Amino acid sequence: MDERSIFIAGAAGEGIQTVGDVVARAFLTHGYPVFAMQEYESRIRGGYSSHRLRIAAESANSPRRDADVLLALNPEARDHYASDLRIGGTLVASEAADEQTIVVPFRDLALEHGGSSLYANAVAAGALAAVLGLPVDTVVWALTAAVARHGNEAVVGNISAAEAGFAVARDSLGEHAPKPWPKRENVYAFVSAHDVIPLAAAAAGCRFMSAYPMSPSTGIITAFARDPELGVFVEQAEDEIAAIGMALGASAAGARAMTATSGGGFALMVESISLAGMIETPIVIVLSQRPGPATGLPTRTAQEDLLFAIHAGHGETPRAVLAPADPLDALQKTLRAFELADRYQIPAIVLSDQFLADSRFSLPPLSLPDGIADAHLADPDAIDGEYRRYARTGDGVSPRLYLGQTKNLVYLDSDEHTEDGHITEDLRIMRPSMVEKRLEKGRRLRCEIAPPSRLRDDDAEILLLGWGSTKGAIDEAVTLLRGAGRRVGALHFTELWPLPEMTWRDDIQYWTVEGNATGQLARLLGSDGGPCIEGRIGRYDGLPLDAATIVEALT
Amino acid sequence: MTTTPEYRNRVENQWCPGCPNYGILAALERALVALGRAPHEVCLVSGIGQAAKLPHYLRCHAWNGLHGRAIPAAIGIHVANPTLTTIVTSGDGDLYGEGGNHLLHAFRRNPDITVIVHNNRIYALTKGQASPTTPRGEPTRLQFAGVEVDPAQMLATAVVHGCTFVARGFAGDLEGLSALLARAIAHRGLSLVDVIQPCITWGKHPLAWYRERIVPLPVDHDATNRSAALSLALDTPDRFPVGVLYEVEARPVFAGAYRARVGDGPLARLPRTERAAIEARLAAFVVNRD
Repeated sequence: MDERSIFIAGAAGEGIQTVGDVVARAFLTHGYPVFAMQEYESRIRGGYSSHRLRIAAESANSPRRDADVLLALNPEARDHYASDLRIGGTLVASEAADEQTIVVPFRDLALEHGGSSLYANAVAAGALAAVLGLPVDTVVWALTAAVARHGNEAVVGNISAAEAGFAVARDSLGEHAPKPWPKRENVYAFVSAHDVIPLAAAAAGCRFMSAYPMSPSTGIITAFARDPELGVFVEQAEDEIAAIGMALGASAAGARAMTATSGGGFALMVESISLAGMIETPIVIVLSQRPGPATGLPTRTAQEDLLFAIHAGHGETPRAVLAPADPLDALQKTLRAFELADRYQIPAIVLSDQFLADSRFSLPPLSLPDGIADAHLADPDAIDGEYRRYARTGDGVSPRLYLGQTKNLVYLDSDEHTEDGHITEDLRIMRPSMVEKRLEKGRRLRCEIAPPSRLRDDDAEILLLGWGSTKGAIDEAVTLLRGAGRRVGALHFTELWPLPEMTWRDDIQYWTVEGNATGQLARLLGSDGGPCIEGRIGRYDGLPLDAATIVEALT
Repeated sequence: MTTTPEYRNRVENQWCPGCPNYGILAALERALVALGRAPHEVCLVSGIGQAAKLPHYLRCHAWNGLHGRAIPAAIGIHVANPTLTTIVTSGDGDLYGEGGNHLLHAFRRNPDITVIVHNNRIYALTKGQASPTTPRGEPTRLQFAGVEVDPAQMLATAVVHGCTFVARGFAGDLEGLSALLARAIAHRGLSLVDVIQPCITWGKHPLAWYRERIVPLPVDHDATNRSAALSLALDTPDRFPVGVLYEVEARPVFAGAYRARVGDGPLARLPRTERAAIEARLAAFVVNRD
């Protein structure tokens, strides 16, 4: 068996996260990679939500839209997700829906064997182990690790409940019991992009983060707040305007600083993005996308803010826009965002989304790259004469001192300004030269922007163009289409602004693949003399793109 | 106008000749000199407007940012480099109107910064519209039939929210204002100084009208008495009690817990968080049974 897709479905607050987490960790300790994705409603209790695991012999870090196994914690969830269960798939539920249902009375067994119906989730995890062909001791280990902090009684109760769930499911399966997954020694990091971003930021020397809570970005500031040893000052601002304002002030006073938000909050930050460009002060902004417009779907995913991020801010000023593909890339892009922001004294935007925030990937163990640079501040001893914060230089980058660094006085001005930072209305010389100075930084930045990654473009007749979090789905689609004899490849962008210099071929069909309805990458490339786009594959229902959807669109 | 050589800047002043803003500038210079602060130890932070141009006219560090957004910037600057004396200096439209929400939450945070509001009760740079402090009924260049809403009571709001230093000053009283500003800057915690600064171009009343209505605080006023401070702050729009209405030292200062961990220097001078500590956290994502 190559892989299994498991949907654990229930209401918000019912514990699907625990069940999924325990089963995922059980598989991981057994030597198999797990991809775990969550989709849920914007509510605290009730409704429909699912925790989706994809378990495979080799890492398959992209979503599957259908389930081989559906475990429903309540009848409404069973009905809601029944159409996602592939024909011949296995339903695990408290009551029989048909003769094939593996009936596991979660709450009754929990009460009977664990002593409390609270352990229903342990019963469910045990039942899944039996249905999936996983030794029960792996689930027992994962459960023990998960509930140890609640004390011995909880551990014993959970274990008894899990063993009961395992036994009942195994008996119900009878001769249909699956072939067990042989134990392997492989180890994986099980991690989301938003787990990694705060650590990468701390590694870059970030000392200040202010943000206003907004799904799906809140986990980043929370990670700093939970881990004071990282040494990052954290403030929950009164609004996103204050969040970016504080971070920008801190940056001007020498702290590497960041903020994070989603589309609506980013809209409030726009004026300060323009300000950061004008006062040439670095700032890193994580824009974790969700579907809009307006409040949209607060807990769902989308790639709708690419053009917004690139164009946000009045006036003309450079910025960097990066869109990591996965957690490992998020580590690298976060470091790069700080590096580019500091080196060019510009805002750097990291485009994430709910999919990257909440999905855990199985990856080789992560570590930091070597040579993480400092903040690129000027050497005060090299300042000759009166310090000029906006001194004109060949590359547009002026030596930067922070407020209060030395006796050299720093003037930062949002008005058009002179080299020493004072208001000017010199339209003949100063204004044009300051515009050119700022734009020159963007031209230099463009020269070092990474081109898209290439997959099987050697002999491709069709090239899929994607960006950010869709990489896993696109790569898988290429494999599937190649398997069906199609000469398909992919170009995947993770550095989107400034747009890398590209050459395009007329003998290739280009298709864009994006989590939006209007083809924002297609439009972006088109604005730079891009290729003729044969077709646009967009997903905009709030769920992440998956390989099957891409394959279908091309079939 | 007397200026102190070390704070003198060679920048053309764009204020109207005779503007009481010059009085605030002079008083601020005097206060900084009296406190022994050198220019490189001071950071002025402003938004946008005529008052917000003040930082250009003193030699020190300065942030002249966005309209209404001086307070968040000042908080960030203060947290990142607490060795600086951080002073916000902007107008009533900027700090009470566009940025009112930030000021409200600054009262709660109590950062160790000083906020000087040039209160001219009008939008001057945009040519004469009502500000949040324009009295009800007063006609303006936009509210032609008179302002139809009551003025914001920001000093009272400051007292209610426990702002630890609340004062009113008068731009026409150099001696009094410089002493008041020195006290505000020396205060540990957030200081709010609302400075009556009559607009000589758009204002309804001349400077003399204000001078007649500036009154000292009652001799027995106890600045630690919140109710007394509140009733003074809520005084009639045509009478301006000047002095420290409210001052307490009791509340913790913003970012104190963080500073207790990392010390009092600029964050830029802290060593980078140890690589091994980050690597250990990355390694903890590996799931195994060891």
